[in-house]
Amino acid sequence: MSLLEIIDLRAKVGDREILKGINLTVKHGEVHAIMGPNGSGKSTLAGVLAGRELYEVTGGQVLLDGKDLLEMAPEDRAREGVFLAFQYPVEIPGVSNMYFLKAAVNQIRKHRGQEELDAMDFLNLVREKMQIMKMDQTLLNRPVNTGFSGGEKKRNEIFQMAVLEPKLAILDETDSGLDIDALRTVSGGVNAMRSPERGMIVVTHYQRLLNEIVPDYVHVLADGRLVKSGGKELALELEAGGYAALGIYDEEEAVGRV
Amino acid sequence: MTAVAEQNAQWLELFTQQPAAEPWIQALREEAFARFSAQGFPTTHHEEWRFTNVAPVTKVARAARPADKPAAIPEQAKPHLAKYASLDHPFVALNTAFLHDVRVITVPRGATLEAPIEITYEGPAEGTAAHPRTLILVGANAQCTIVETYKGEGTYFTNAVTEIVVADSAVVDHYKIQQESLSAYHIATLQAAIGRSAAFSSHSISLGGALTRNDVNAVLSEGSDANINGLYIVNGTQHVDNHTAIDHAKPHATSHELYKGILDGQSHAVFNGKIIVRQDAQKTDSKQTNKNLVLSDDAVIDTKPELQIWADDVRCTHGATIGQLDSEMLFYLQSRGIGRKDARNLLIYAFAQDIVDRIKVQSLRDSLERTLFEKFHEHPE
Repeated sequence: MSLLEIIDLRAKVGDREILKGINLTVKHGEVHAIMGPNGSGKSTLAGVLAGRELYEVTGGQVLLDGKDLLEMAPEDRAREGVFLAFQYPVEIPGVSNMYFLKAAVNQIRKHRGQEELDAMDFLNLVREKMQIMKMDQTLLNRPVNTGFSGGEKKRNEIFQMAVLEPKLAILDETDSGLDIDALRTVSGGVNAMRSPERGMIVVTHYQRLLNEIVPDYVHVLADGRLVKSGGKELALELEAGGYAALGIYDEEEAVGRV
Repeated sequence: MTAVAEQNAQWLELFTQQPAAEPWIQALREEAFARFSAQGFPTTHHEEWRFTNVAPVTKVARAARPADKPAAIPEQAKPHLAKYASLDHPFVALNTAFLHDVRVITVPRGATLEAPIEITYEGPAEGTAAHPRTLILVGANAQCTIVETYKGEGTYFTNAVTEIVVADSAVVDHYKIQQESLSAYHIATLQAAIGRSAAFSSHSISLGGALTRNDVNAVLSEGSDANINGLYIVNGTQHVDNHTAIDHAKPHATSHELYKGILDGQSHAVFNGKIIVRQDAQKTDSKQTNKNLVLSDDAVIDTKPELQIWADDVRCTHGATIGQLDSEMLFYLQSRGIGRKDARNLLIYAFAQDIVDRIKVQSLRDSLERTLFEKFHEHPE
């Protein structure tokens, strides 16, 4: 059985249809990149998979290991193994990173029928993962993402992913706003998590992230549909010729074209 | 007029039923009674009581039981008792008219008390009123922490007045935990006179009561510092009114005020923060913030800053916010596997966190955290 099956998925925000029939299959162990210009629906797809309320699904089906994902509340999707690394991680003043992550880990463990971690085991787990992400331990005691730099926020996302060990990781523009060193650290964290059981969807505008996280497949999303799929060489093609070579334009570019 | 006359006759009877006290106490009572009789209970036509209707309180207020023994008020209270809290406040006048037991706490000059002084007032019998009175005298350079707790069962009226004198360079932290029964009425005034270069903090936590009115008033001297904090959590048809008045009478004083409220159900909260900066009080630094988290469509909040500034070289800021739970924050927590209800509770708890963090008494902070935790976890979806 495939890890994830997206069948003719359609979604809208308000009156605007954004996803116009997405079909995608991700098998266990595969890394799929979804590229596309601004406004093509990349973040919408990521949000719909994670259960963001903003979007209304108007058609299609999404199966995670055969289970109907769209029926589930966001927390149930997470417990079933979906993880979304946010493009814009949310600041939550007053909730410590540590408390938040411990609550999340134990909810997910409970769901999997595992025993809850005690404070000591949790701390050991967290220390190990922090080292991989080259994160300062003081971040644990700070409120979630509050006052973090852009790079710290992105690292915190991948750190959470490492602790929660999802089946399906969705990275929404994780490269945006990162300098090359931070990009390498973040990509290193993601690569360390590649495994035969885990699937990943890497959403990005630019090819540079895919130099670090080399995908098995690349898909091009334009105007709410996947218009082209290929191997990792497709990303290089896009890098060389831009989306315009495929006849796809950013909205801003479209203005210039007229 | 007839109704007022009738009311006054009832009060007079109650007043005269009190066992006689020493002349200085009797004099205080009589002056206060005259002031109360002249004012009567406030109505919503009074600006200070615009949003708080005390009509339901008045019935219970009249059912005070006369004390069966004479008042025992220590002589050392004499120079200070009833010298600070203003009788222009009808409930302060009422409390003073029925002065009986006064808890007097004296901290000698230069003393540092490690352990907090705890004062607990249990509510009176069903359907009756009580007028708890506290006088706290802290000597120069002394340091202490005071925790006042109000609790009880059933329907009753607590009408409390606390006067605190913080002498020069003293450091005083005052906590008031109001966890009265949900059908009780609680009206309380805290009046602080803060000496030169002294530091005073007030933390007013309101959890119980059908109707609560808190007045926290502080008068600052030169170079003194006041931190005035409040947290109110109301649900159902609870009504809570916090009035604060910070009087910068002298230069170089600072005041920081933070009141936070969590409102659910059809509750109603009122915040009125008055800051007076007298002409003399140059270099005043004053900040006032009131933040409200509204969890239901039917809760109502009235918030009003009231700044009276007569000096020209001062810094005064104020701000009020009213908001709901942030849907992005909720989604973020849920997307990590935390259930919606837990996520909601966590965010409510987080909202109150900075007030809780300001509580320096560990045991008090722990018990408040537990109370908040239980309160939010019992909360229906």
